[in-house]
Amino acid sequence: MATRNKPYWAISAVAVAALALTSCGTAQGGGSGETAAAGGEVKTEIGASEGKLSILAWPGYVEDGSNDPKVDWVTPFEEQTQCQVEFKPFGTSDEAVTLMRTGQYDVISASGDASLRLIAGGDVDPVNTDLLENYKDVYPFLKDKAWNTVDGVNYGMPHGWGANLLMYRADKVEPAPTSWSAVFDDAEQNSGKVTAYDSPIYIADAALYLMKHNPELGIKNPYALDQEQLDAAVELLKKQREHVGEYWSDVVKEVQSFASGSSVVGTTWQVGANIAKADGTKVETVLPEEGATGWSDTWMVGSQSKNKNCAYMWLDYIASPEANAAVAEYFGESPANPKACELTEDKGHCETYHSGDEEYASQIWYWTTPVENCVDGRTDVKCTDYSEWTKAWTEIKG
Amino acid sequence: MAMQTTTAPGPAPAGGPERKPVPPRKQGISALLHRSPRLRLAGLLTAPAAWLILVYIAALAALLITALWTVDTFTGKVSTTWTFDNIRTVLTTSVYQVITLRTIYIAVAVTVIDMVIALPIAFFIAKVATARWQKLLVIAVLMPLWASYLVKAYAWRNVLAEGGLLEWLGRPIGLDSPGYSETAVILTLAYIWLPYMILPIHAGFERVPNSMLEASGDLGAKPWTTMRLVMLPILVPSIIAGTIFTFSLSLGDYITAQIVGGTTQMLGTVVYANVGAANNLPLAAAVSLIPIVIIMIYLFVVRRTGALNNL
Repeated sequence: MATRNKPYWAISAVAVAALALTSCGTAQGGGSGETAAAGGEVKTEIGASEGKLSILAWPGYVEDGSNDPKVDWVTPFEEQTQCQVEFKPFGTSDEAVTLMRTGQYDVISASGDASLRLIAGGDVDPVNTDLLENYKDVYPFLKDKAWNTVDGVNYGMPHGWGANLLMYRADKVEPAPTSWSAVFDDAEQNSGKVTAYDSPIYIADAALYLMKHNPELGIKNPYALDQEQLDAAVELLKKQREHVGEYWSDVVKEVQSFASGSSVVGTTWQVGANIAKADGTKVETVLPEEGATGWSDTWMVGSQSKNKNCAYMWLDYIASPEANAAVAEYFGESPANPKACELTEDKGHCETYHSGDEEYASQIWYWTTPVENCVDGRTDVKCTDYSEWTKAWTEIKG
Repeated sequence: MAMQTTTAPGPAPAGGPERKPVPPRKQGISALLHRSPRLRLAGLLTAPAAWLILVYIAALAALLITALWTVDTFTGKVSTTWTFDNIRTVLTTSVYQVITLRTIYIAVAVTVIDMVIALPIAFFIAKVATARWQKLLVIAVLMPLWASYLVKAYAWRNVLAEGGLLEWLGRPIGLDSPGYSETAVILTLAYIWLPYMILPIHAGFERVPNSMLEASGDLGAKPWTTMRLVMLPILVPSIIAGTIFTFSLSLGDYITAQIVGGTTQMLGTVVYANVGAANNLPLAAAVSLIPIVIIMIYLFVVRRTGALNNL
């Protein structure tokens, strides 16, 4: 556990610096920030720094220079706000949900497959985005989405996103694929060398394919599958399995497979393609004509947090151009704030990750937890939930 | 401690003539322990028994109980309603039966391969090599245990990859690398667990007196006959001790299967997927009962051979 402690910052530190961040506070009335806590009420004002902040996040999102002295966006935050940062990384969205339930953490970077569970469980608070100065800069296509807004209530600050692309070895796969059929209906052509993401959420990739190719199934959203639709996706994946050489869950392992030629076509993240290219592997990525699944992360505030002022300061800070650029580049993702693109060290970063490309982003179905109440809004059927997807995934792999 | 306090002289009485030498309290405890062997036994056994019951048996019981609970699929919280659903699912769904059989097959294959490789190596170390070489060879056998499991598994990943070492070596004789597959899992596990097989068998060979081998030769037995009729019966418990290691370790493995297994699922990977990804602890607990039952049956079968004394 990466814990930070700098005792010379007393907890009672003055909050002058904090006020600098609240310039845009559209405070209505005199509601003090602290009273907003309990009932999930929306905060109306950012008050004084509480002096500390406990963060739960993906590894790589909260760097204070201890991993790499050159990578540090936490220290400037601490200096600006007097909020002492404590950081706990998590490995999976499920671990994140479990840890967040303890109530020990003030903020969390939740991916779409975790955020709905947190909102449903009452573990996170609605967020008053008016208080966040940098929120207005965030790409519009990341705002008010199913994974960060429920019933019109906003639950956090978008942070970064990426797509699950189709990667192929340009020297071994001909012609260049433009459709997911390369890993489904035409997988035979590269039998034994197809790769797929090893997680139940990959079922959504099959559902997306069926959505376009078997419209009679009536799939409107790959994360809202009733039993019949799930069965169809499972069948497709079982057929695919015969041609899969390996399922990957670790992007480095996947890159290795492509380098050796054990895998020649399959899903990837842009960061994987970048590593592979840097190593001299002849790979290309494509956003197939059907679109793709992807992920979009949101910073959320814990409902039991006692440091909500610091939490808001962090939400605002992490989407500031400087911090967002640093994180996006270090982690390998598209930043949420377009102003970050001018501040990345690699000037081509945003282009590589298609950051501002709304058309590109609109083709992405961001990971969303499948729940019983269909996320596509259907009420006449019960949808299959994530634990059913997990059982199905076990069955698919056989 | 107790011994020390009995011999330690109590504080010298300050010369009061009527004062009798009162033994210090601690001496009383040790005297009590001396008089009562039961109390002594209880004192000795409390700590290990507490460990066994609390940490070992209680953990297993907790596992069994967890398997009887369910997960609230909406919030992902474990709800403590009693149900046999998980165990029924695991027992009746064909995919779990297939995975169980595959896991057993892998564990048996690993065990057999290790046994075949370990017997001659252990024999050579214990009975053929000179004393100096014996030490060096034992160190050589132990050496891989010093390297991290992960490093070894990833090294095998490179060896087995397309264009890797195995393919390069096999090409002249027309052999293909198995790639990432079930066979790859067996090979890698057999490599990783080999020392656990060699060491008990080596210890077994050491116990066979040389004089017995000479006597067998003097009585006209050929080397193979001596091996079969004299050494093997003495060795059986050691070999079984080795198989318990390789078999049970393979049965629970999930890391190797993930690294070189390609699409291979084992019981361990299913448990991992349910704990790590689905947050479905009850189902994971139910699956993990399978290897526990299998290894218990195996231990029950081999308990009469004396193998358990060789662990």
